[in-house]
Amino acid sequence: MSTATMGAGPLRSAPAKDMAKARALGRRRRLVDSLVRWACIAATLVGLFFLASIMLTLVWRGMAALDLTIFTTEFRPTRFGDDTLPKGGLLHAILGSLVQVAIATAIGTPVGLLVGTYLAEYARNSAMGNAVRFVSDVLLSAPSILIGLFIYQLVVLPMGGFSGIAGALALAIIVIPVVVRTTEDMLQLIPNTLREAVIALGAPKWKMITLVCYKAALSGIVTGILLAVARIAGETAPLLLTSFGNNIASLDLSKAMASLPISIYQQANSGFPDLIEIAWTGALLVTLGVLAINICARLLLRRKI
Amino acid sequence: MNSITDTAVPADSGSFGGLQARSASEINATSRISVRNLDFFYGDNKALKGINLELPDRQVTGMIGPSGCGKSTLLRVLNRMYSLYPGQRAAGEVIMDGRNILDASVDLNELRAKVGMVFQKPTPFPMTIYENIAFGVRLHEKLSKAEMDDRVEWALTRAAIWGEVKDRLQSSALGLSGGQQQRLCIARTIAVRPEVILFDEPTSALDPISTLKIEELIDELKRDFTICIVTHNMQQAARCADQVAFFYLGELVEVAPAAQMFTAPREKRTQDYITGRFG
Repeated sequence: MSTATMGAGPLRSAPAKDMAKARALGRRRRLVDSLVRWACIAATLVGLFFLASIMLTLVWRGMAALDLTIFTTEFRPTRFGDDTLPKGGLLHAILGSLVQVAIATAIGTPVGLLVGTYLAEYARNSAMGNAVRFVSDVLLSAPSILIGLFIYQLVVLPMGGFSGIAGALALAIIVIPVVVRTTEDMLQLIPNTLREAVIALGAPKWKMITLVCYKAALSGIVTGILLAVARIAGETAPLLLTSFGNNIASLDLSKAMASLPISIYQQANSGFPDLIEIAWTGALLVTLGVLAINICARLLLRRKI
Repeated sequence: MNSITDTAVPADSGSFGGLQARSASEINATSRISVRNLDFFYGDNKALKGINLELPDRQVTGMIGPSGCGKSTLLRVLNRMYSLYPGQRAAGEVIMDGRNILDASVDLNELRAKVGMVFQKPTPFPMTIYENIAFGVRLHEKLSKAEMDDRVEWALTRAAIWGEVKDRLQSSALGLSGGQQQRLCIARTIAVRPEVILFDEPTSALDPISTLKIEELIDELKRDFTICIVTHNMQQAARCADQVAFFYLGELVEVAPAAQMFTAPREKRTQDYITGRFG
């Protein structure tokens, strides 16, 4: 009882003495708080301004030449001051991009999926696993022109020329590390208790992985694949050294093949205003495609089981 | 008490029949699993020291003791769960059906079909309620659609959750409440028709009502299954278990019928633990 009253004295007076100090501290904190907040908002606005300016320019210039002929016609030559020539399109580039991206995804996804599974389920803490993980991460951040050069040496030179298959292979190599990383990350998010629960029912490990773990990680893994597709859809550098580009719509994988990024590059550099206009349209199409893929990825991630 | 024949047992589950004919003494006499001189190692760390324990057929064995005393470790030996992790190993014998299940030659998937396990946290699979149950069954048996439907209903009924889920078998199991998920996990384990069910702190993540339901369920299930339950809750051990084993620092200090364990333990350490002096 006595200690309680003794203790209460200084305790009660303590806040009163520091009131002024506390108020000053409070003011300072509020000031710092608003400074940091406004700095963040300002930085965001700067970023949004440039993004909006790029997007608006892209939509504005890209819409100009956007019509059905873009999708139905391949490249057509043009001449200064000659309006009588028919307008060309991007059919060759759209077709080439679709073919190369599809083949690259078809090759890169299974490889990436299996490597990611190996890292997450079989080699989590092993030296081999760490080495593979390191190499995959290096590949993930390697400049894509290097991958183009690699395929140039390995496929283009022996085959004696640029080809669609070389372009697809270069893109596939870019797909692999992206899918490896997301697959491993998504599988590692699965709690070990779930794995043990499957094993406890008497399931072999491969069934645990394919029937339960893949299911639990499905939306994340598919998101990773979609992001990889979005990434290669806009790649230009590796294609310059592999599929090179072509003005004819063709499905022949053994010949040089067009693609949207390369067509944009070539036509934007051509100096002809109508070709430059078509290049803008191509850029808009690539952007819309990537945007659509990203939106799909987000929707998938939000969905449960 | 409804008898075993009242519940919808699938036609081919003959191993459960004839149970009631057994007398109490007969049940007491048979041991489903015998643990003999069991040592267990996490790497160089010896976590279990010379354990000898009999799990009587169709009775509940409760395992109690402070955290880290080895009770969960022992549970994970009984279905060889530890074999998932390199660096963990067991020495000694665990005899079931006349075989040492620690033998390298034992088919682990077959063993785990006979010795099921329910975990601390509910672990529903990311599938429908129906698929959650059918998953384990499909691993070991080929059933027609009708037989599978029967098995699913039977397992869910035995786990006292059929009434709550029968109208939404095709919806996700992740939408169930924690207590329902845990009963689903019990149903999933039962559906494989094991002989032994291991419960690793099955109610520590559940609210009191759900806990009560699970405890009643365990009481009901012991008529068909040999049950082993690890718990931190002394009241739970007293309520559920027929015999209780007290572990301390990797040793099995004392095994006794539950009534004796909680009223007249032989060992001082047991008494100190159950009266709350340590742990």
